[in-house]
Amino acid sequence: MAIVSTSEKSCTVNPLKMSQPIGGSFAFMGLRGAMPLLHGSQGCTSFGLTLFVRHFREAVPMQTTAMSEVEAVFGGQENVEQAILNIYNGAKPEIIGINSTGLTEIKGEDVERFIYLIQQKHPQLERLPLVYVSTPDFKGAFQDGWDKTVARMVEVLVHPVETGRARDPARINVLPGCHLTPGDLNELRTILEDFGLKPSFLPDLAGSLDGQIPDEFTPTTIGGIGVDEIATMGQAAWTIAIGAQMQRAAEAMYAKTGVRFRLFERLCGLVPNDEFIAFLSKISDRPVPLKYRRQRGQLADAMLDAHFYIGGRKLAIGAEPDLLFDLSSMLYDMGANIAVAVTTTASPVLQRIRTEEVLIGDLEDLEELAKTHGCNLLITHSHGRQAASRLNIPFFRAGFPMFDRLGAGHQLSVGYRGTRDLIFGLANLVIADREAKHQPTPDTWRSVDRDFKTVPSYPQ
Amino acid sequence: MSVDTSAIEDVFNEPGCGRNDNKTAAERTMGCTRQLKPGEAGGGCAFDGAKIALQPFTDVAHLVHGPIACEGNSWDNRGSASSGSDLWRRSFTTDMNETDVIFGGEKRLYQAIGEVIGKFDPPAVFVYQTCVPAAIGDDIKAVCKAAVAKFGKPIIPVNSPGFVGSKNLGNKLAGEALLEHVIGTEEPDYTTPYDINIIGEYNLSGEFWQIKPLLDELGIRILSCISGDGKYHELACSHRAKAAMLVCSKAMINVARKMEERYGIPYFEGSFYGVQDSSNSLRTIARMLIERGAPLELGGRTEAVIMREEARVRAAIERFKPRFKGKKVLLITGGVKSWSVVAALQEAGLEIAGTSVKKSTKEDKDRIKELMGRHALMIEEAAPRDIYKMLMNSRADMMLSGGKSQFVALKAMIPWLDINQERSQAYMGYIGMVKLMEEIDKALYNPIWTQLRRPAPWDEAEVNRQTNIPHTDSHAAENSTAVRGHSSAAGFKERANASGRWVVGHISAAQATCAVQASE
Repeated sequence: MAIVSTSEKSCTVNPLKMSQPIGGSFAFMGLRGAMPLLHGSQGCTSFGLTLFVRHFREAVPMQTTAMSEVEAVFGGQENVEQAILNIYNGAKPEIIGINSTGLTEIKGEDVERFIYLIQQKHPQLERLPLVYVSTPDFKGAFQDGWDKTVARMVEVLVHPVETGRARDPARINVLPGCHLTPGDLNELRTILEDFGLKPSFLPDLAGSLDGQIPDEFTPTTIGGIGVDEIATMGQAAWTIAIGAQMQRAAEAMYAKTGVRFRLFERLCGLVPNDEFIAFLSKISDRPVPLKYRRQRGQLADAMLDAHFYIGGRKLAIGAEPDLLFDLSSMLYDMGANIAVAVTTTASPVLQRIRTEEVLIGDLEDLEELAKTHGCNLLITHSHGRQAASRLNIPFFRAGFPMFDRLGAGHQLSVGYRGTRDLIFGLANLVIADREAKHQPTPDTWRSVDRDFKTVPSYPQ
Repeated sequence: MSVDTSAIEDVFNEPGCGRNDNKTAAERTMGCTRQLKPGEAGGGCAFDGAKIALQPFTDVAHLVHGPIACEGNSWDNRGSASSGSDLWRRSFTTDMNETDVIFGGEKRLYQAIGEVIGKFDPPAVFVYQTCVPAAIGDDIKAVCKAAVAKFGKPIIPVNSPGFVGSKNLGNKLAGEALLEHVIGTEEPDYTTPYDINIIGEYNLSGEFWQIKPLLDELGIRILSCISGDGKYHELACSHRAKAAMLVCSKAMINVARKMEERYGIPYFEGSFYGVQDSSNSLRTIARMLIERGAPLELGGRTEAVIMREEARVRAAIERFKPRFKGKKVLLITGGVKSWSVVAALQEAGLEIAGTSVKKSTKEDKDRIKELMGRHALMIEEAAPRDIYKMLMNSRADMMLSGGKSQFVALKAMIPWLDINQERSQAYMGYIGMVKLMEEIDKALYNPIWTQLRRPAPWDEAEVNRQTNIPHTDSHAAENSTAVRGHSSAAGFKERANASGRWVVGHISAAQATCAVQASE
């Protein structure tokens, strides 16, 4: 049981956290023909947009209600109305997803009411889904924005189903957490389809942000799950939720349609994937395909090969709760020592992280703790590169944003294959670091400390 | 609300601004911020602008007072190089939570200032105001004043909540903060007749260091660069410079003009992009210093350096001429200060297919016509859709622009080069121009273009079946594709039409619509 504590500092130094509203916008990007709209001043959107473009290196749709000082005082109904009309006329979206920001939340704007009035006034908008989610910047973090927004999508867009109605036994809803990449979703789709299942991902970032050159001109998202498909998700036999953050959405789905759900808190590592594959085999009533038996063997072999390098590593990891839980659990399984864990927001999984203490804090905390504990592997998003270079330890990039390396959208962690690749990536990093910085010299063996323990050639 | 309206009005009435001068009195009262359009707006806010303008001061702590969005979503996204301190690369924010919003964030801000000083002991702290604390009435000026009394250090309030306007307005508000709180507050250890200020230069990718050796060689001292690789003490002493060069007038004209007004420092607007502009700028700096008392021989030494550098560049550009022959480049720069670059590109044999003129003044446009001919293709609104149209109509071989419009070109399989602030190459001065040519050459002649422009073999087969063309051997098909693909973007369009599918381009332009919204 890890103790969860919160940093007492007044000044956050080098934030690990990003804001709730852009987490919400991110979720809307997994819908087809969507335009995410932030109700706030235009910087709120501009910062998020830049962040997504740097991470994915793709064009990203996002709009703003462009609140100015006057509207911040007198209310932004007109801005919401104008924004919706301009987007409707210009981008012809299939859905507009609206997230609030800190600025509009302090005013207490009743955006649901605005939307109702706007639709009354402009009948052409009646059939355009407008999903609003309250996501103040001064509460929660990126992951909270995502989970709230997905739950809201379920509540608003999924059609209710009477209990006892026949379901399509092959149809599966998948509710992925925001820690999964488009590459992860593609991997999951393949796995599910190999069991003869027909998955609907909500949201489906693999459809919109996996680096395609699209066939159609569109100022909105270029792919993802359509509003029509979301509406029928109640006909599925099962809902699979991935990451504790998706519990809320899975429960919303159950409440509305009675679709049973199973929550997989993590899908990185041997045991969780065994459970996952066994579950798919059970619900599809099919044997596990040979392909996955082989992949399981490959993962087992990768674990054997890599445990020499990962085992005993003193790890400092900073990530949003579900990613932190996911990666740290897998690395614990590989024999790593999770010496330092820092996260952004509260979550039920934090207590179960295999470490003594989980701190809700920033990258400065991560860096200082890593130094105190003598960590020799740092895992966090790209902003951690400065800390890693000051600490002079190997650095593995995980999570969002990853703006200084290519292929962020394709990094894999799910499934046997994804876990295998991830383990190799980490182990190779350790090997490279040893070769570059920790070659033995005559001096490394000469110095011994007072207890006559030899100083190892590279830090353990 | 705690917004300094007088400072904003002051910025709007900037008499040094060429655009402002051309306005009627009625227009001037409207201010110079663009009317924001909900659902169609793009670009950063005033806070963004203030942070961009000041962040390159490398040894001060930049503390952002607001919820996590303002700093957490935006930090670490610009590469302004530092010759010393790396404090500017660290991010500081009060990360206001719900309790701060309800009870006010002033106390947290005060404590945060104390923590930053305790840990990093910077020469000064810049405190940035954002929307939420401004709207709930946090008085950052008062907090800074109290903190100055307590910590005995300069704590500078930068009043720039996002909702007051655009990024550009934020640049100027940042300048106002410097004028009000920093410039003229300290004295330099010594002065020389060769002391200049560089204003509105940010040393992105360290490119100002391509010019600095020339100034060093001439014995010209940069008393303060506002703000690239800037240091607090130099900034505070900058009122003792003999002359100033204003690099980006859009951002910092108010600083240059008010320093002239207050301290009698004359300034000129110049650029170090392109050969001609670099030479002119060096020449003007020398002339102004001489007018203010520097020895006359500075002029002769400067001319000698210019002559040497120009000869080197001309020789270096020579080798690109045959490779650039007949190649057309589309320039999307906002239209400010690109003329010297245009001249250099033309000298290397490139044709300029057109340019955007969104931020250009009337004189800028006249210069375009002068350089590119009466029928020069100009585009007022640089929305991605329009850029795409221009790219196709002009049959450009390449596009040069800022990073946010890259997908318009790239997804249409057209070579592209970043010439805006996020670029990783430095193109300043004489060396920079040769570097630019090298990069253009690399982009134009990269073998990926011929490969990428080929349709998948099965798509090709599909076309042949549909149009009843006998199946050609694959080699011939490859050649024809390469030729067509290479000729122009419009060639693509035809091919795409012929196959009945929009294979490339068309598509992605609009998709890029969205990404570009956060541009200038």
